[in-house]
Amino acid sequence: MAVETAITERAQPAGPLLSFWRAFRQNRGAVIGLIIVSIVIVVAIFAPFFAPHDPIEQFRGFAKLPPAFVSGGDIRFPLGTDAVGRDILSRIIYGARISLFIGMAVMLVSAFIGVGLGLLAAAVGGIVDVIIIRIMDLIVAVPSLVLAILIIAVIGPNLTNTIIAVTIVYLPRYVRLVRASALAELSKDYVIAAKVAGVGKFRLMIVNVLPNCMAPLIVQGALGVSDAILEAAGLGFLGLGAQPPFAEWGVMLADSREFILSAPWIVTFPGLAILITVLNINLMGDGLRDALDPRLRRS
Amino acid sequence: MFRFLLKRAALTLPTFAALMLITFMMIRMVPGDPIEVRRGERGISPERLAELRHEMGLDQPWLKQFWDYVVQILHGDFGTSIVSHEKVLTEFLTLFPATLELTLAAMIFAIVLGVPAGVFAAVRRGSFYDQALMGAALTGYSMPIFWWGLLLIMLVSGFWGLTPVSGRVDLIAFYYEPVTGFALIDSLLSGQDGAFLDALHHLALPTIVLGTVPLAVVARMTRSSMLEVLEEDYVRTARAKGLSPYRVIGLHALRNALIPVVTTIGLQTTTLLSGAVLTETIFSWPGVGKWLIESIFRRDYPALQGGIMLIAGMVILFNLLIDMLYSLINPRIRHGR
Repeated sequence: MAVETAITERAQPAGPLLSFWRAFRQNRGAVIGLIIVSIVIVVAIFAPFFAPHDPIEQFRGFAKLPPAFVSGGDIRFPLGTDAVGRDILSRIIYGARISLFIGMAVMLVSAFIGVGLGLLAAAVGGIVDVIIIRIMDLIVAVPSLVLAILIIAVIGPNLTNTIIAVTIVYLPRYVRLVRASALAELSKDYVIAAKVAGVGKFRLMIVNVLPNCMAPLIVQGALGVSDAILEAAGLGFLGLGAQPPFAEWGVMLADSREFILSAPWIVTFPGLAILITVLNINLMGDGLRDALDPRLRRS
Repeated sequence: MFRFLLKRAALTLPTFAALMLITFMMIRMVPGDPIEVRRGERGISPERLAELRHEMGLDQPWLKQFWDYVVQILHGDFGTSIVSHEKVLTEFLTLFPATLELTLAAMIFAIVLGVPAGVFAAVRRGSFYDQALMGAALTGYSMPIFWWGLLLIMLVSGFWGLTPVSGRVDLIAFYYEPVTGFALIDSLLSGQDGAFLDALHHLALPTIVLGTVPLAVVARMTRSSMLEVLEEDYVRTARAKGLSPYRVIGLHALRNALIPVVTTIGLQTTTLLSGAVLTETIFSWPGVGKWLIESIFRRDYPALQGGIMLIAGMVILFNLLIDMLYSLINPRIRHGR
């Protein structure tokens, strides 16, 4: 009987969604974050439409042009050009595609695997639990960037491998989170009721337990996107992520290092793009956390 | 009590074993073994290659190689760098003080600024200062530190000329023996005029860059922890007794509010070591982070293997130490579960 009620309640999503939106709306910063992140996503999806030039086309004779709003700038290159005459604005717009794609891909894959392993550890327990948790402890023991670097060293630097490396690095967060919430849920009455009603283990974990672990998982997912973007940009900066001439933000910064003094705009704008994107995802994530799970209101 | 500590320590043994296995396997999977790289050397004969392979044990079966590796590590031998022909442990220990100095400075920077900022924001909750500080903290938390470093070099070193761009010491002006390995202490011991200031100048920007994210985390954590504590009854009692606000906040509230903050600080070690890789690369800081990156590009397997083993081992031991300290301070952890 308990199962029946749980399922009928889930069939009316309008209620919780609306109350969530009301709580989320309270947080002005979160709404601003949501708006700016939405703009970044739209710009990234329709990059060819927004970008004035091709991101890897080199305009000879226009190298190291300052931004349009500075004297000596050219209106055709609003944020100036880099050392080989590529339009910085176009590169940043196309770079948004790569960074957002990495962030989303890492979040989705690590959340998916993390949910699987976390539920498995919680459901089976015993030696399986111990092995999964020990492996996660091991991943956490190595500083994230060092581990990502080690993985990249083995599988080689490119975009896909960046995603793989960062996914492995962020896996423990999801596994631990899901395992802890699932263990907490497993001791509750409704789970025992479901067990008594004869629900199978698999169905029990997916249908009964998982939905109740979703709130912290969504929050972690949102914050995970921004962390993944930072990590991937760091790898790109070290020359271990996406490879040139790819317009990846970290790669753009690595290219710019020698022009710190002669052409500061080459350094400034890609970093600003990373900061704005990550900051607004974090603002949004904070809002999500406050709205979804007030218990997590810390740090 | 002793049994608990022993049990907790024993739990790290499988972790260490797995760590050895993983570092061993991963490094073997890197494409192109170091001997292959040498084939490019002019005039190297196939016999010499085989000889080199044999010398490094690369012609042995994997299991034997792994066993040798474990025995080696248990003897405190973390291998020999292919590039510098130095013991990895020696190289690591020479470079590690630079990383330690940088991370300690960054941590102090984060605590000294972060705790007061968090307390101030909590006390003035909802005010303009609170919002401004927390906005700044979130920005710091979101900061791509490699860009932050470049930006600071551009402004502070480039345009204002206040600090040097890279390194730990002005090698032309000063020379001193590395006694402790800490530039700040060694420069003081050397007794040369201006050496200490020079070391301080070199340390300033890397400290700010590396300390920014922990600073943001500490400030946010202090604020939320402080807000919680300020609601407690004993704080109200202290206020009602007529104690001065400074005494209530500084003595009664802060003491308890700092417990979760200390936990957070402990958790920042791995963040700091990750950040150190980027910071050291940007500032040409001769620490283990920069050394690891260079080892990758030089395909120096043993250095990479040993380095990661040492760093991860240290983090594991450090976390163990923190856990033990907690159980000493807080009996609930010891007896819970």
